[in-house]
Amino acid sequence: MFKQKTLEETKAAQRRSTGQSSAASFYNNPSVRSLFYQVALIAGLLYFFGNIIGNTLANMEATGIKTGFDFLDSAAGYDVLMSLISFESQDTYLRVFVVGFLNTLLVSAIGIVFATMLGFLFGVMHFSKNLLVRKLAQVYVELFRNVPLLLQVFFWYFAVLASLPSARQSLSLGEAFFLNVRGLYMPKLVGGDLSEWVWVALGAAIVGVFFLRRWAKARQDATGQQFPVFYASLGMVIGAPLLVALLTGLPFTIEFPVLKGFNYFGGISVIPELMALAIALSVYTGAFIAEAVRAGVQAVPHGQTEAARSIGLREDKIMKLIIVPQAMRVIVPLLNSEYQSLVKNSTLAAAIGYPDLFNVFVGTALNQTGQAIETIFMTIIVYFVVNMVISFLMNRFNNAVALVSR
Amino acid sequence: MFKKALVVASTAAVTAFSGAASADGTLDQVKQRGQLSCGVSTGLAGFSQRDENGVWSGLDVDVCRAVAAAVLGDSEAVQYKPLTAKERFTALASGEIDILSRNTTWTHTRDTSLGINFAGTNFYDGASFMVMKDLGVTSATELDGANACIQAGTSTELAIADYFREMNMSYSPVTFDTSDQTRAGFESGRCDFLTSDGSQLAALRIGLADPSNAVILPEVISKEPLGPVVRQGDDQWFNIVKWSLNAMIEAEEQGVTSKNAKNRTVTGNPANKRLLGAEGELGSNLGLSSDWALQIVTQVGNYGESYERNVGKGSPLQLDRGLNQLWSKGGILYAPAMR
Ligand SMILES: N[C@@H](CCC(=O)N[C@@H](CS)C(=O)NCC(=O)O)C(=O)O
Repeated sequence: MFKQKTLEETKAAQRRSTGQSSAASFYNNPSVRSLFYQVALIAGLLYFFGNIIGNTLANMEATGIKTGFDFLDSAAGYDVLMSLISFESQDTYLRVFVVGFLNTLLVSAIGIVFATMLGFLFGVMHFSKNLLVRKLAQVYVELFRNVPLLLQVFFWYFAVLASLPSARQSLSLGEAFFLNVRGLYMPKLVGGDLSEWVWVALGAAIVGVFFLRRWAKARQDATGQQFPVFYASLGMVIGAPLLVALLTGLPFTIEFPVLKGFNYFGGISVIPELMALAIALSVYTGAFIAEAVRAGVQAVPHGQTEAARSIGLREDKIMKLIIVPQAMRVIVPLLNSEYQSLVKNSTLAAAIGYPDLFNVFVGTALNQTGQAIETIFMTIIVYFVVNMVISFLMNRFNNAVALVSR
Repeated sequence: MFKKALVVASTAAVTAFSGAASADGTLDQVKQRGQLSCGVSTGLAGFSQRDENGVWSGLDVDVCRAVAAAVLGDSEAVQYKPLTAKERFTALASGEIDILSRNTTWTHTRDTSLGINFAGTNFYDGASFMVMKDLGVTSATELDGANACIQAGTSTELAIADYFREMNMSYSPVTFDTSDQTRAGFESGRCDFLTSDGSQLAALRIGLADPSNAVILPEVISKEPLGPVVRQGDDQWFNIVKWSLNAMIEAEEQGVTSKNAKNRTVTGNPANKRLLGAEGELGSNLGLSSDWALQIVTQVGNYGESYERNVGKGSPLQLDRGLNQLWSKGGILYAPAMR
């Protein structure tokens, strides 16, 4: 699209410089013609799809199937297993949509974070001097990349997590963490008066770290002196909130999960459906990212390593400072598509009943209302927009890591 | 380039615009195909299940067989499509199946907004709960805070939400796509109880590793009349399915069985003769041959025979007739007048 435009522009510029008249024949002007064709094509497409949609709806109406978006305001009538906002069966289908959307975002975000960590870890392990480590990385990639994702989801859910003990026989860690067939239960920090200042301190520390890094880099560029950024950052992020917490008299209570009747209540609980899906997505996508990282690292000419060695850099520094930053140019575009696949693959949630958007909306809402066109349309839009956003962010990131030619 | 695209687009458009309406009715399509396409469950003992040889049987399967016998004269001329609860209405609406006979509850919303018609009720049921014995629960009122295993896309999802709200209790719904998965979830301890229609609980129970370990609680929380479903807009086909089921019920009322059906046409009373096609126009009014009901009864049996064979005394389910007894014997099964 954009390339075309620049081409047209250059052509136009050439014409101008060679003194050709662009006003001679208006309809022979390439840019006018191309504009006309593009407008005509878009209008045609709009007409085409508009007709299909209109026709389908009319046909559905004729066969007695309800259409329209009115159902969004009516009560859903069913409950949802997990929701990040409050939800009960009398809430509307629109709220079901939001609940599902948030659950999709949650599992995708968890998946992206862990897949990236696994991917970089195993990708770099591939270049280890240690044979065992190298083999381990290879086995990981081959195993998880070659087994269908659905099978892996089933494996984690039905084979691993379903064989955990029952609620009453939970595995426990210090009577604070509990793991059983119904999920993982963890203590929760409940903030009292003044506790918000602790969060403010944490936020300030994170902003501070950002500036610290800039300052350290500037100083290193100017004086060549290094600053222990990592430890200083860690100290700030932990120390600042801790200090404020102490000053405000520890305004927190810890809520432990307790077994009441059938289940553990209180604290934070993670349902096994979320765990299984997040693990499967992370491990599967991680294997692909590991390959992307490997490709990226291999794309960096060996001369770079040798040059780095010759100036006496340690091996781990070479990886971190010389190789990986250059490898990012290859890795980032690949990461983009892996992240997008991960979001789309999260729809496998339906197989194990994790209430993601696809499951609660295209699954249950469609089934209860019969409004296939509407529910599917809304859902497609969501996945489309989410992936566009990922693409946009990754493109920005890509521009940041791209080779700046001087 | 653009011209070519335009041609492609307009051809596609023409196909899209004209493809929607199918010329022939379902009856003609089935006859042409020589086979009935019937949507059933993915496997539910007593209602629709497949044996080792791939032969389907069950109360719901018998409705398919009855229609095939009436329409094609051959109760075996059926192609079965196993469907999950979520898939079933789409499969019917898209024309993939001619009948949906898959323990489907007749509800107002489904009947009026999905473009489908319920052709009757072949099993009167209600949603219930099943728990493991060692949980020590004897009534649904003790289930506050428990986890429920439910199949996704069922009316049970709605019934249980209503019940717990009304009783002011809470629960967590864990939903699965197929009954096998639902049962596996229940057995693994992911949920405290499994909820579904009573008949399905009985069927799932005998599939457990140790059936004697599970009990079905006494509460029945909803009305779940289960019956065969057809697409809206084909009245002839709707009539055929409706009256095929009624013929099975009427045959039981008249004492016509698979054993004696042939004799009854010769020696029977006028009602017998009308039903079995020796007199009257019942068959031709449906667009079928006059022996349509005779074929149903000789090949599939009357309702009572089908019931006992599949879910009653002759089956592992051992369900009582209960509501599904004839109206004249204390149940609510009643076929409209066959005349
Ligand atoms: N009657 C209810 C429930 C039907 C239903 O799907 N029940 C489950 C019980 S677990 C079933 O029969 N599953 C069989 C299958 O998935 O093939 C409805 O129409 O929504």
